[in-house]
Amino acid sequence: MSIVVREVEKAFDATPVLRGVSLEIPDGELVALLGPSGCGKTTLLRIIAGLESADAGEVRHDGEDVSARSARERNVGVVFQHYALFRHMTVEENVAFALRVRRRPRAQVAARVAELLRLVQLEGLKGRYPQQLSGGQRQRVALARALATEPRILLLDEPFGALDARVRQELRRWLRRLHDELHVTSVFVTHDQEEAFEVADRVVLMNAGRVEQVGTPAQVFEEPASAFVMRFLGAVNAFKGWVEGDRAFVSGLDLELVAPASAAHRARAHVFVRPHELDVHRAPVPGSFAANVDRVLPLGAAVRIELSAPGFGGMVEAELDVRRSEALALAPGDAVHLSPRRVRVFPSREDELDSLTASGL
Amino acid sequence: MDADARGGGVTSPALAVPAPDREAPPRPAPPGPAAVPAPPRRRPRRATEDPALVRWALVAIALLFVGAFVLVPAATVVAEALRGGVALWWKALVDPDALAAVKLTLLVAAIAVPLNALFGLAAAWSVTRFRYAGKSVLVSLVDLPFGVSPVVSGMATVLLFGAHGWLGPWLLAHGVKVVFAVPGIVLATVFVTFPFVARELIPFMEAQGVEEEEAALVLGASGWQILTRVTLPNVKWSLLYGVILCNARAMGEFGAVSVVSGHIRGLTNTVPLQVEILYGEYAFQAAFAVASLLFLLALVTLVAKKGLEWHHRPRPSALRSAP
Repeated sequence: MSIVVREVEKAFDATPVLRGVSLEIPDGELVALLGPSGCGKTTLLRIIAGLESADAGEVRHDGEDVSARSARERNVGVVFQHYALFRHMTVEENVAFALRVRRRPRAQVAARVAELLRLVQLEGLKGRYPQQLSGGQRQRVALARALATEPRILLLDEPFGALDARVRQELRRWLRRLHDELHVTSVFVTHDQEEAFEVADRVVLMNAGRVEQVGTPAQVFEEPASAFVMRFLGAVNAFKGWVEGDRAFVSGLDLELVAPASAAHRARAHVFVRPHELDVHRAPVPGSFAANVDRVLPLGAAVRIELSAPGFGGMVEAELDVRRSEALALAPGDAVHLSPRRVRVFPSREDELDSLTASGL
Repeated sequence: MDADARGGGVTSPALAVPAPDREAPPRPAPPGPAAVPAPPRRRPRRATEDPALVRWALVAIALLFVGAFVLVPAATVVAEALRGGVALWWKALVDPDALAAVKLTLLVAAIAVPLNALFGLAAAWSVTRFRYAGKSVLVSLVDLPFGVSPVVSGMATVLLFGAHGWLGPWLLAHGVKVVFAVPGIVLATVFVTFPFVARELIPFMEAQGVEEEEAALVLGASGWQILTRVTLPNVKWSLLYGVILCNARAMGEFGAVSVVSGHIRGLTNTVPLQVEILYGEYAFQAAFAVASLLFLLALVTLVAKKGLEWHHRPRPSALRSAP
């Protein structure tokens, strides 16, 4: 079932949370709402579910306006952030709840529950209470419960947030496989870029109540539509500079742009370089600037170098592969030269709203 | 109390490591300056312990206080009640006036407690599940009967429903007598005891959050189904706890009831009022015998309360297993 959100506005006590959000999710797609805390992603999810009402705008499920329909009538599966399992019911009773309140025949309920428990691999635990389950098991119960009535939309609020790293990894893959099996239109909220990229077909980046960019993980990472997206996705070195035509300038350094930024006149701009797109040299090369190595941090496959570049606003980060790092044999205190392989430039705007700075991230 | 005994055990890892074993056979003194004879050893105080003096003093004060202000008076009540023997005690209880008082007290509690359970649930539900203006005012108002002297509550009832009150004459004209009759006693009791259930439920429901109810809604449950299948089962122990406290107060209330009752023997005397009347007439033995009923009520309340607290304990997590 496709989901269309059109110009949705929402404010809590005069604080705007969603500012004209529009979004289209085609049938059968798995989409991540990604953004920092306070960007409105959970509120948007709750509006799609019918747990909040929008102040303006409309929500359509399968082309039909459901704005006036209550959450009860929308038949949407929801997995809550802390699962919200009924604590006084067993796993089996939890999963059966939606069918029992619909007064389905006993045999039909039993068969469906058994099928769902098999799907989430919890057949052996049907008599347990939620307190007796691990985080990963609870999550799977929540999922089975949400799928009981075969909803054609599944909404998940930070589904992996409360789990430890290893379980999270497993569940992500499992959720992806499950989606490929069921093809239910799914939307999940996350603040974790890795999670969004690994699980979702498409990523919706949200910031300060607006949608900043919608695209496949590769699209939003390689072609970020705004300074916010650039900064939110992965580590990045940010410089304040100027842009004019197809050249950017930072502290006297003249950088060529791959794609010309849209500035006919000289304008203030944010200049971004990702750590892995920054080359480290022992000797100066054209278009390089001087820096001092502060720390060398081996991260397994890569090595992160923290440097200070006084002419460039202080701290800079570079990431090298292990071989390159070994060849350079860097040590704290070494004087080196950095040259960006690729820069991305976004003109500064006066009215920049940013959940990242607002939430102190 | 036996912290010393426990701390001295060999199982205590904090002590087992640094302290040389007292029973160990004498070893050759290690070379070097460390070979000074050890001073006679007392168990060193753990960093997390207060000095023994402080611990004992606090325990002693607490015990003395409980003894002087709770145990001794309670024992006196029982002793006085049974002074003339069980037969006399029983005779005092089956006295028609005493029986009437017991019946009235049970009747009042049977009306006031369910009403306040219902009201408490509604108040807690509205306070924790909805956002609206004036919510904090409602929460404060719920506490009002706790802050006001029961006598004032009784006076308010008289002022409203008395023969010269605002509603009294109209009600009297329609044949309803409130003050100096059972309805007045019920009203005063309801007023005095209404915070108990609400006070118990509000923090509990607040801590539980609305997630389970939202989940039930999304899963297609109606409002009634959410209440009976999710909310009530979740709050039942808190509700029961509040009901027990509410009941204890409803049966024991004196001040407010005293103002509105009129003290008509066999008609408008509750158990606490009956005790006072008997005491005032120097019928000490009978007074204490009836009072022992209230003491029994306190014991039952205490046991029920303990039972519920025990039931409330977090379940052991031993059954937990890896995902």
